Amino acid sequence: MSSHWEAVSKAVSNTILIDRPVDQQDVKAVNTGAKARGTLYAARQKIFPRRAEGAFRRLKWIIMAATLGIYYLTPWLRWDRGPYAPDQAVLLDMANRRFYFFFIEIWPQEFYFVAGLLVMAGVGLFLVTSIVGRAWCGYTCPQTVWTDLFLVVERFIEGDRNARMKLDATAWSPRKLWLRFSKHVIWLVIAVATGGAWIFYFADAPTLLVSLVGLQAPFIAYATVGVLTATTYVFGGLMREQVCIYMCPWPRIQAAMLDEDSLVVTYNDWRGEPRSAGTKKAAAAGLVVGDCVDCNACVAVCPTGIDIRNGQQLECITCALCIDACDSIMDKIEKPKGLISYSTLRDYNHNMAIASAAPGAIDPRRIRDGSGSFVSGIKEFDWHIFFRLRTMIYMGLWSLIGVGLVSLLLMRDRLEVNVLHDRNPVAIKLSDGSVRNGYTIKILNMIPEPRVISLSIDGLPGASMSIAGLGDVTGRSADIPVDPDKLRALHVFVTVSPQLLKAGETSFHIVVSDHQSFETDTYEAAFEVPEPMK
Amino acid sequence: MSGKREIDQLSGVDTTGHEWDGIKELNNPLPRWWLWTLYATIVWALGYIVVFPALPGISSATRGVWEWSSRADVRQEMALVAQDRQALDDKIATLDINAILADQDLRGFAVSAGASAFKVYCSQCHGSGAQGGPGFPNLNDDSWLWGGKPEQILQTIAHGVRDTTSTETRDSLMPSFGKDGILTAEQVTQATNYVLQLGGLEHDTAAVAAGTAVYADNCAACHGDKGEGNQDLGAPQLNDAIWFYGNSEQQIAAQVRQPKHGMMPAWQARLGESKVKQLAAYVLSLGGGQ
Repeated sequence: MSSHWEAVSKAVSNTILIDRPVDQQDVKAVNTGAKARGTLYAARQKIFPRRAEGAFRRLKWIIMAATLGIYYLTPWLRWDRGPYAPDQAVLLDMANRRFYFFFIEIWPQEFYFVAGLLVMAGVGLFLVTSIVGRAWCGYTCPQTVWTDLFLVVERFIEGDRNARMKLDATAWSPRKLWLRFSKHVIWLVIAVATGGAWIFYFADAPTLLVSLVGLQAPFIAYATVGVLTATTYVFGGLMREQVCIYMCPWPRIQAAMLDEDSLVVTYNDWRGEPRSAGTKKAAAAGLVVGDCVDCNACVAVCPTGIDIRNGQQLECITCALCIDACDSIMDKIEKPKGLISYSTLRDYNHNMAIASAAPGAIDPRRIRDGSGSFVSGIKEFDWHIFFRLRTMIYMGLWSLIGVGLVSLLLMRDRLEVNVLHDRNPVAIKLSDGSVRNGYTIKILNMIPEPRVISLSIDGLPGASMSIAGLGDVTGRSADIPVDPDKLRALHVFVTVSPQLLKAGETSFHIVVSDHQSFETDTYEAAFEVPEPMK
Repeated sequence: MSGKREIDQLSGVDTTGHEWDGIKELNNPLPRWWLWTLYATIVWALGYIVVFPALPGISSATRGVWEWSSRADVRQEMALVAQDRQALDDKIATLDINAILADQDLRGFAVSAGASAFKVYCSQCHGSGAQGGPGFPNLNDDSWLWGGKPEQILQTIAHGVRDTTSTETRDSLMPSFGKDGILTAEQVTQATNYVLQLGGLEHDTAAVAAGTAVYADNCAACHGDKGEGNQDLGAPQLNDAIWFYGNSEQQIAAQVRQPKHGMMPAWQARLGESKVKQLAAYVLSLGGGQ
């Protein structure tokens, strides 16, 4: 295949290239051809991504605004929980071991909600990847979003691709110094804001901001801001695609999750090859050429500096900017869009089979009817790929966990009792011959309101209880005030009178209940009477 | 790398010259910054070796120029904790035991501190759960030789029992009725059966009848007419279910004939006022106090 189109394009460029319909960009993919020979380490090749315009770029702007907006603004949202709980909508209160998310409050023992969300995120990623490939990488990964943001700053200050390349090549001058300085200062400001926003999720944001500015915040706050500032600046500003290509394990993992029905950014060489510098001129010269005019626009806009026409590659984060770049060229030369498109391997192979008389021999005439539009057999994007067995299984699993979590959330207890039976000693004989067991009872009031909880014992004839430190408690139940959103631990003694003692283990229930909300929780406890004490 | 360069046909990349079972390793070079990162970690490691303890010797390791050690860190943290506790300790030392117990926070601290002190100083005799044993009182129950009120327990801990180093120590002595010939062997059996009857245990009715007078003459002065005991004298209650030296006829008779007497050290001189009060608070938290 390659020898064929190389021969053709060489012929074109040697003979009939007088004017191009579009300018050819002087750019080469960084991951082919130019590899250092004979050395085990290669210097990084600088990439100057050109600005792209189009549907996907617009989508990425929207996603960027949404994700950055959520990240920076969420800690500042307020949510009224009454006087006994913080009013920050999203707060990871490590010191008090509480996690607040709008109307949901999670205690450490309810961490399975977070685990469930993480499992959902994992399955959701499987789902998205099986449909649209590495969409996470291309649209929502923080590395991509912040690199995009840093590139906006870079373009604003230094100009687009050509201007930046020129500036990079010139010797140091006051102007270059000034441009570089202001770029890095703005980057650092963004990096500080990014690192700063993170810590606001862990403490009351307005209070922390005041103490942060007044140099009163704890060291860990400054250390966190410092580390995240450094990573944001280095990864987003300096390292960029190097992070994706060499540091991140995710490309390898996600690549393994694709199948022949997943959408990936594809160069449709079945309609693009053989490449030519100008289709009209080539046609005039009697050459058969494909739609690709070899303008390199797709390479120039690529943030990882690759040539998508070499096929699917590890370096491709599927940001789809090459699609935008190519579509605008196709518009210009009045060809249908989609020379580079989101396409499945199955469709691609199908179309390639139509275009090739023999494997590797692409003939553009085979895919077009007389009027210049595609023959009817050519497959294009089809919604049906969204509804495959695999995606349905992922979707089902994802929804199942989601429904499970929501039902758990609706049914979960806000009043709980935990009981620990004293073990040393298990039982005590008292002077009147009765036997006493001790229990550490923890009453969990999991709402931000003070409550009076009734603690009682159920079963165990002849039993009465007393509570250490609460001298006035006798009988079989007691009203215990519990602070809002707190656990109250009590040491409770249960004594059974000598007449009703039964040797061995007798089970009974320790019950906590809120008479106002009718919530109740029960623990099945054991009362032990060793044989000699009977 | 071998001198001969070989280019892979398919990828156009040269090989490193390494080959395993016909599979050749392509040379896709690592980025150079990766190499620099490796060098940076080596430099970091060298700095670490200079600054921190690192190189092992025979009995210890090099100490590093910062002289950092985790033990020093712990010492420092312990000193800070001790500093924080000092204020509470001082407060407990000056306050009355009942005032300490009435203060929720202070009581919590005293009970916790007392619990750990108990493990160190008291558990050898009273057991780690304070459940006692033959001759060593169980501190969980409601039977008290010298009284179960806070100030009584505190007095016992502070000045001990039969500890001559303290002038305020608890002291009493039960005569050896059998050994010293105060009672005949028969009278000892009669008194023993009377005590068994007081405790609601199996007894010989005839011996009890004879023992009534023996008890009234010899025992009731300390142990009370009905065997209710006397905490001022440390005389055990005999009409309850708790038996200090056992409740068989033999065990009781042995105690009448030649009684054993326990001894407990006076702790205040050794541990100070605050610690003694903490121990009292802990003992009271076990649930048997009055």
